[in-house]
Amino acid sequence: MKLLNCPMNGTRPLSEFLFGGEFREMPNPDTSSDLEWASYVHYRDNAPGVKKEWWYHSPSGTWFIAERNTLSDEVLATYLYGKAPDATKTTKPRAKKEQSE
Amino acid sequence: MSMRLPKQVGEWISRDKQIRFTFEGKEYTGYEGDTITSALLASGVKVLGRSFKYHRPRGVLSLANHDINALVTDGQDTNIRADVVKLTKGMTLKAVNTDGGVINDKSKYIDSISPLLPVGFYYKAFHKPAALFPFWEKVIRKAAGLGVVNFNYPRINKRKLNDFCDVLIIGAGPSGLSAALSAAANDLEVILVDENQHLGGSLTYDRAGNADTQQMLDELVAKVSASPNIKVYAAAYAAGYYQDHMVPVVTADGITKVRAKAVIVSTGVFEQPPVFHNNDLPGVMLGSAAQRMIHRYGVKPFNKGIVVTANAHGYRVALDLINAGVKVAAVVDMRAQGQKDEQVAELVRKGVKIYTGFCVYEATPVKGKLGMSGAVVCPYDESTANADVAKAVTIECDGIAMSAGWAPAAALLYQSGIGMGYNNDIQQFVPNRFPKGIFAAGRVNGVYSLEARLTDGARAASEVASFLGKKVAAVSVESHQGTSPSHPYPFVHHPKGKNFVDFDEDIQIKDFINAAKEGFDNIELMKRFTTVGMGPSQGKHSNMNAIRILAKIRNLPVEKIGTTTARPFFHPTPMGHLGGRSFHSHRLTSIHGWHKAAGAFFVDVGAWSRPAYYQKSGLSKLETIQQEAQAVRQSVGIIDGGTLGKIEVCGPDAAAFLERFYTGVYADQKVGHSRYVLLLDELGVVVDDGIATRLADEMFFLTISTSNAAAVYREMQRWLQIWQLNVGLVNVTGAYGLINVAGPNASKVLSKLVSVDVSEAAFPMGSAQTTEIKGVPVRIVRAAFVAKQAYEIYMPTGHALSIWKALLEAGQSEGIRPFGTDTQRLLRLELGHHMPGYDTDGLTNPFEVRAEKALHMEKPFFIGKRSLEIIAKKPLTKVLVPFTLAVDYKGEMPQDCNLVIEAGGIKGRVTSISYSPAAKRIVGLAYVAPHQSELGNVFDIRTDNGGIAKATVVKTPFFNA
Repeated sequence: MKLLNCPMNGTRPLSEFLFGGEFREMPNPDTSSDLEWASYVHYRDNAPGVKKEWWYHSPSGTWFIAERNTLSDEVLATYLYGKAPDATKTTKPRAKKEQSE
Repeated sequence: MSMRLPKQVGEWISRDKQIRFTFEGKEYTGYEGDTITSALLASGVKVLGRSFKYHRPRGVLSLANHDINALVTDGQDTNIRADVVKLTKGMTLKAVNTDGGVINDKSKYIDSISPLLPVGFYYKAFHKPAALFPFWEKVIRKAAGLGVVNFNYPRINKRKLNDFCDVLIIGAGPSGLSAALSAAANDLEVILVDENQHLGGSLTYDRAGNADTQQMLDELVAKVSASPNIKVYAAAYAAGYYQDHMVPVVTADGITKVRAKAVIVSTGVFEQPPVFHNNDLPGVMLGSAAQRMIHRYGVKPFNKGIVVTANAHGYRVALDLINAGVKVAAVVDMRAQGQKDEQVAELVRKGVKIYTGFCVYEATPVKGKLGMSGAVVCPYDESTANADVAKAVTIECDGIAMSAGWAPAAALLYQSGIGMGYNNDIQQFVPNRFPKGIFAAGRVNGVYSLEARLTDGARAASEVASFLGKKVAAVSVESHQGTSPSHPYPFVHHPKGKNFVDFDEDIQIKDFINAAKEGFDNIELMKRFTTVGMGPSQGKHSNMNAIRILAKIRNLPVEKIGTTTARPFFHPTPMGHLGGRSFHSHRLTSIHGWHKAAGAFFVDVGAWSRPAYYQKSGLSKLETIQQEAQAVRQSVGIIDGGTLGKIEVCGPDAAAFLERFYTGVYADQKVGHSRYVLLLDELGVVVDDGIATRLADEMFFLTISTSNAAAVYREMQRWLQIWQLNVGLVNVTGAYGLINVAGPNASKVLSKLVSVDVSEAAFPMGSAQTTEIKGVPVRIVRAAFVAKQAYEIYMPTGHALSIWKALLEAGQSEGIRPFGTDTQRLLRLELGHHMPGYDTDGLTNPFEVRAEKALHMEKPFFIGKRSLEIIAKKPLTKVLVPFTLAVDYKGEMPQDCNLVIEAGGIKGRVTSISYSPAAKRIVGLAYVAPHQSELGNVFDIRTDNGGIAKATVVKTPFFNA
């Protein structure tokens, strides 16, 4: 079974987690066009690669973001929403990988 | 005749402990430490089973669970692997695949008609005429399968444990032992697993006629036992590899899930049989099997035999045989260049005749093929795989030991996602690309000499240590020297076939040739058409040979053919090991016991078990529900609503949070009042509804429908994290019980128990108040989901039962009656309330259920608002309307999901429908096209049998409440 690193509780088996779908930044509802908004709520490209995803640690009720390579199923980083380790560079595979192991 | 040898150095049996057992009705004796097979062999029994398809007599092939020639049953368990299962006192055993015993199997005639039964024959032979197929199916099903399932098998719970380590080492042969010691010396926590009863791997049997290696083995094992860093699981196999280095280790009494930081696979190799006519006769066995027999169990494999080989190992086997007192009549080496080393020289000194460039053309069977009487040896052409029959020599013998090559036991490596390449120096697939944390050592890694294997173990351990961040010196291993341990094509063609590649499924060389002719010339297709490797031993002794044959047929190098997928489990694992405790988590309210005693019929709602109705003898389900509903309409009823999701939202931003989360407004809500809440998702789809009661300025109490409770609570947590509002969420679903008292006499009953005024006038819709019942603090909310007059009473869970009983007692004079969820559904339908998830689906927007009143589009934001703005611009496609059928409707009762039809087209569907005793007619909710939705409009519902029911759009409630 896979292991996942909850930012609040550390590394736990996958059975304790629920997948919450791909994370997408919400466009400003007041200024976005209908098309932009429809694309935000409906469109998922499903292309393999590094994705930001919502994950939920059930026993503690913790939502967090996992950056996961959906091709290799490697989790590169996990952090609470808004607490990305480095906002300008969201994916730093090497450094984060060691931390999550 | 006893075949037991005098005591052997390092043997696994205790000769002072005799064990009596029976096989096929005859009594035998073995020793403690024997396997079933070794005890039978020692007693001179050669025929251990019958083959799957042709019912040919079979003896030992690998003595290592790499084949299934010896499958037995003790009446309870079936398909016991006799080669490796320990003998125990009083076993009463029979071979599984026989019709009348292993010697006089009545199905043995199938062998003689085998030309009529080529691979794939039943795919083609029996599909026409179709009418006869059921007959053939019965015949085939009777013939197929091994063993008989015991339907009275007792329930056996096997333990499931977890274990953890730095490095898991699978296989305790020389490389595994060496790796374990090196890793332990580097302060790593080691788990060492081996499927055999004792550690040592090939050191326990491959001796080449002298016992020097025993001392090395004893020393290695002593060091391993002395090391506090090494935990040993013997008689345990690693069943599979799972993500992030999780490996289930299976023992007789259960499974241990081992989680490692790194894994070293030192699983060794499976010996592969050379393929010649009658290579399956009892007496013909793998060289390593003969060695295991001698050194582990002190059993002589045969009296006079030959060794057929295509590598150096065959000569070592010959020396072991001679040392055990077997007369070795010849060593037959299939390679034109033969072998030149000290073992060969020693054999020549001992006077053993060596035929270089020869093959065994066929083994000569004794009567009934129950053994062999000789071998026909011919010059062999390695390029064509043909024997020169003109120069045949017949050698009298009762056994053949075969050593032509090996296949890596790489199943776990494959499962971990390794890359393999073909090494021509050793004619073997070896790992060339490793996933993180996976290492290989020893023969599975293509390292063959004993010294090199010990070094390779140390090399793998040092790589693990540096992978885990330790500073260690690198170890290097020299590449393979000398002749190849495997022959590239150890096959001998024979006009009569019966040269077996897969002993599980009786597959011969010609079956592969036929499969390729039929077009199944890809390894995965060939596997499925011929079934090679699909038997219980999963290709351990056959897949490599199958790949070699296909490579030859297609004239491609072996690496272009590739390998089939290796899936867990490595060995078949009993269901009892996998089965859980039948534990299904479910939730019960504290009133559950009372419901049960009252005859409740329970249904599962989410994780909860809820009464659907209370069964009354002599009444149908429908009649019961109608009676319960009438009690509520005419007087008063109560329902246990403790399963409802309950969440407290508190903090300075509580109202702001609710205004963003739900569609309504709550900032101006008065303390002590409740409001309807409607939840949408970001698409504007209806998700859930409930009631928000403001208990204090900064405290709301939310109810969520039972089945949505967990999901809605999760969404609250997620949005709270995004919005970063100053709010705390407490899920009090289990902390509070809820009882709903409903009906025209509800306030009358309730007022007997509470001091506050709950009358119609003093306690209108939307009121909420805290009071006490029998000294228990309760919260009462006026709601109207099932009846115009209804009170939701919340109390600490532990007091729910006593208050339930108090209400029943107080309502006795009013004829109070408990009702279940089925009745609740009817009651809310009569009032015209739709239920999210029941009357809505994953696409329903609030406009379609006419919930505009609940939408406060003037708010700056709520979940789904932006999507609703887009949806609002588009024309509606369907609308949920209340309808009734005519009072005198006599047709078929329409059901939920029956379609609304107009001019042959589908316009919508029924979502709820029931006979309403209050309205005295059939009432329901249905989606219809907007133009059909006007009051008084009549539309058609098509019933299950195709009839049409005329429905009329009406106003709700359906009756005069």
